[in-house]
Amino acid sequence: MISIGLGHYLTLSAIIFIIGVIGIFLNRKNIIVILMSIELILLAVNINLVSFSIFIQDLTGQIFAMFVLTVAAAEAAIGLAIIVIYYRNKGSIRVKDISSLKG
Amino acid sequence: MIVHSIFFYFFSIIAIFSAVMVVAARNTVHSVFFLILDFISISCLFIMIGAEFLGMIMLIVYVGAVAVLFLFVVMMLNLAEKKEEKEESKIINSHIPVGLLVSVIIFLEILFVIGGWKYKAEVIDTLSIDINNNFTNTHAIGSVIYTEYIHLFQLSGMILLVAMVGAIALTFRTREGIKRQSYFKQISRERSQSVELVDVESGKGVNLND
Repeated sequence: MISIGLGHYLTLSAIIFIIGVIGIFLNRKNIIVILMSIELILLAVNINLVSFSIFIQDLTGQIFAMFVLTVAAAEAAIGLAIIVIYYRNKGSIRVKDISSLKG
Repeated sequence: MIVHSIFFYFFSIIAIFSAVMVVAARNTVHSVFFLILDFISISCLFIMIGAEFLGMIMLIVYVGAVAVLFLFVVMMLNLAEKKEEKEESKIINSHIPVGLLVSVIIFLEILFVIGGWKYKAEVIDTLSIDINNNFTNTHAIGSVIYTEYIHLFQLSGMILLVAMVGAIALTFRTREGIKRQSYFKQISRERSQSVELVDVESGKGVNLND
């Protein structure tokens, strides 16, 4: 309990990951919150990579986390651009209204 | 050691709380703010654990760029919740039990993996880049990323470039009735189309309409 090991960090990242997954499942508002949940999931992945990197004394994990960061930023930019043009065309980005694919 | 654990619990409780609030907040602007709080507390954890460079980069990239981007988009679009949504949300709420069930199962699976997991002895041989404690974290990352990972590094730059071009191309629209500069027209214009040499007889002058 007192000494913080790798397991604590992994548990923290698992909790944040699951909160992100729940956010995708249970979202009833707009689609931006889904994008934010994806950011949470990527954040949890980063926590995993960095904590492994520190605890087994290997730098590779941190470098990989940097690439994950890059991809997350690119994904957020593209996703928000798609949301903006969707809103411009349809006038709403509520999850309920986005049903053109009949999924 | 006890300070380490106190700070760990402090930051991780803030991180989990704000992650819950990102999902649960009614107002989308509030969830963006809680996302920022989440990123900041996680980056504090990174700095505390010894990955200073990544923690600072997370502050710059996430809080400085991505979260502000979210904030701009949220404020640009009209997301105000309407009155009739209250009744409609009951229909969508029927997804909640299944979603919670799936999430809890995933969480338990991850916990089982974490709980019953330990290193094999061979993992030490497969480590590629040892952390040299004589260098700072930034120094160590910099000395590796421009040598061994240079191709991946440049590829990630290409990813950012493609994302930038894609975002601009998606949201760009041409409006009617706006005069714009046409580079191709300007560059492809030649002397013969615009300047004319006229032989003028002396003493007669030039008529402008000629």
